[in-house]
Amino acid sequence: MTRWLDSPPVLGILLSIPAIVILGGLLAYPLLLGVWLSLTNTTLGSAGQFVGLSNYLAIAQDPTYRGAVFYSLFYTFFAEVGKLALGLTLALIVNQRFRGYRTARALMLLPYVAPTVLSALAWLWLFDPQFSAISWLLTKMGLIHEYINFIGAPWPARISLIVVNIWRGLPYFAIGYLAGLQAIPHELHEAAQIDGASGWEAFRRITWPLLLPITTILVSFSSIFTLTDFQLIWTITRGGPTDATQVFTTLAYQKAITGGQLGEGAAIAISPVVLMVIFAWFVMRSVREERSVE
Amino acid sequence: MPHLRRRRFLELSAASAAATAIPEAARAAAEASPWKPEKGASLQLLRWSEFVKNDHVIWEENTKKFTQLTGVPVQIQWLSWPDVSPKSALSAQTNSGPDITMGFYNDPFLYPDKLVDVSDLASHLSHKYGGFASVAKTYAYHEGEKRWIGIPIGVPGNAMNFRRDWMEQAGFQSFPDDTEGMLKLAQAMKKQGHPTGFTLGHAVGDGNGWTHWIFWGHGAKQVNPDNSPAINSEATLASIDYVQRLYETMIDGVASWGDPSNNQAFLAGRIGLTMNGISIWYVAKDQYPQIAAAMDHAIPGYGPLRVRTTFNTFTQAFIWKYSKYPNAAKEYIRFMLDEAQAAPWVDGMRGYVTPALQGYWKLPIWTSDKKITPFRDVLVGQRFDGFNGTPGKGAAQTMDSFVLVDMYADVCINKMTPKAAVQKAENRIAGFYKG
Repeated sequence: MTRWLDSPPVLGILLSIPAIVILGGLLAYPLLLGVWLSLTNTTLGSAGQFVGLSNYLAIAQDPTYRGAVFYSLFYTFFAEVGKLALGLTLALIVNQRFRGYRTARALMLLPYVAPTVLSALAWLWLFDPQFSAISWLLTKMGLIHEYINFIGAPWPARISLIVVNIWRGLPYFAIGYLAGLQAIPHELHEAAQIDGASGWEAFRRITWPLLLPITTILVSFSSIFTLTDFQLIWTITRGGPTDATQVFTTLAYQKAITGGQLGEGAAIAISPVVLMVIFAWFVMRSVREERSVE
Repeated sequence: MPHLRRRRFLELSAASAAATAIPEAARAAAEASPWKPEKGASLQLLRWSEFVKNDHVIWEENTKKFTQLTGVPVQIQWLSWPDVSPKSALSAQTNSGPDITMGFYNDPFLYPDKLVDVSDLASHLSHKYGGFASVAKTYAYHEGEKRWIGIPIGVPGNAMNFRRDWMEQAGFQSFPDDTEGMLKLAQAMKKQGHPTGFTLGHAVGDGNGWTHWIFWGHGAKQVNPDNSPAINSEATLASIDYVQRLYETMIDGVASWGDPSNNQAFLAGRIGLTMNGISIWYVAKDQYPQIAAAMDHAIPGYGPLRVRTTFNTFTQAFIWKYSKYPNAAKEYIRFMLDEAQAAPWVDGMRGYVTPALQGYWKLPIWTSDKKITPFRDVLVGQRFDGFNGTPGKGAAQTMDSFVLVDMYADVCINKMTPKAAVQKAENRIAGFYKG
């Protein structure tokens, strides 16, 4: 037995079994089951039959699905741009040594550690057309005369959700960038100062290039999370008004769980996987590049 | 710890004993019941959470009495309205979960094969309590299989909630009994600075409630009896025209409203007219007596069709086939709908739930206050969603996807032309019913 375990191929297989079981059971199986369901006409409570790609063809012709594709990409793109810009700015600020900088770094994490549903409910109140604290404040300050209709019309609702997503995801970028900034050797900036480089030039020529690898990882992971966001949108708008804020996940949930069409719902849920594979490829490539630099 | 006086102690003890005391009638009915719980039975109930406090309190009290009498423990899981159907769907798919679910609308018709035949219990209750309201059968009886798959419970009924003081200021002495008259009232109230509020958001109860009423009241139908789309009609366009005019009297932001929003706006004095259950008045009576005194209720008026076309959030209880204790489950439902328990429940809610069993419409609560009476009659003329087709997945998807609500919102909010909005709704309905 001991001799048998001494064999590297056998030991290798044995040691990888837990990882295979976990990855297979928790990741591969649900994904493959989802793919299989999307190729069947399964409905709630009854087994379906293989129908090929007809679910995909059906959703492609559905304007609500096309609207969900548009808003999923719009939401992801602008939320990522916002989180990147503001996260980097925040990281540059808290990277400075000022009085209370430790407290500032801790407070920065608050939106990220608060349960998503609770913070979404708080935002729902902030967006309320009659009782919004934001509108109340702006009215008191004399800046507006009528309460803002944040989520009662398509475009304001779309933009409001992006704002909430940025608020929620900002700490992830800020902390990531803070770690990246602290890993940049001081000597590089000192040398630049000696050479007479301005602050902007130092940022453009030293800081930003050295932050690029971590930017790729942050944006890729965050894009995956944002593209599959459900809680914020479901809690605040439920995909409304008039399906203006439907995304892949909310539409799939509505179709499969509340509507009972598991096959079509699975097709909607599986359809963004191609995009996520592209994001994942960027992550993997970035990680590989970092390793080759090391 | 505050000192507890002897008299107070005795009062509290007596109240507690009364709360869990089992009426003799309930005991006798349980003994005579043909459904004897299985040995060692225990039950889990999934039900929607209350909008009025006493619903929860009295339901729990009655459940305790059931446990006391039968020895069957019952665990109740209270869930918000929109979460009940998805959770039931998972039970159907995984064959596990609660023994009994109190669901909504078409839920039992999504998975009829998974549900216990409760025809015997339905027949027992119907004979004992004056029969079920006509719409109740549609939501619980499977025509194809000729069996009851759920026991109709009733509806948190919808009626017009309005400020009588503001109505009178606007020059109206009584609430109009037709939709055109109500529109004139709404316009007059808006001129006085009191807008109306009807949700055009994805609100399960309120959004579907008022839009179906207006839709049917104008003679429009979602589908034909063979489930082919019937929405593309002049009647639908007429209903859209009406909603557009009514929308002009509404407060801003109704497209973002959920189910509690109109309650909050009404109680805050921001709107003077809405469609809702009795929950606004119920809360006002306890917390805002001035508003409770100034407000009133009325049955939703006739549309041009001149027949009652109300729509309420219908709830029914169904038992899962995977349950190990179907007899205990049937006995629990029987017990809860037995007069000894149901009467105090309906009474305590001050008319929040209108029971599907017509015998309970004679309870004194309905005439104890004129403001409660309209809710007694909300089931008269109620139609089922998916009218004029058959209950099932198509109707469920049309409702869950808020097709009607969105059709009106597309015109009012998105400025889509009425014809384009109807076309969009027709395409969606055709897709949902095609399976």
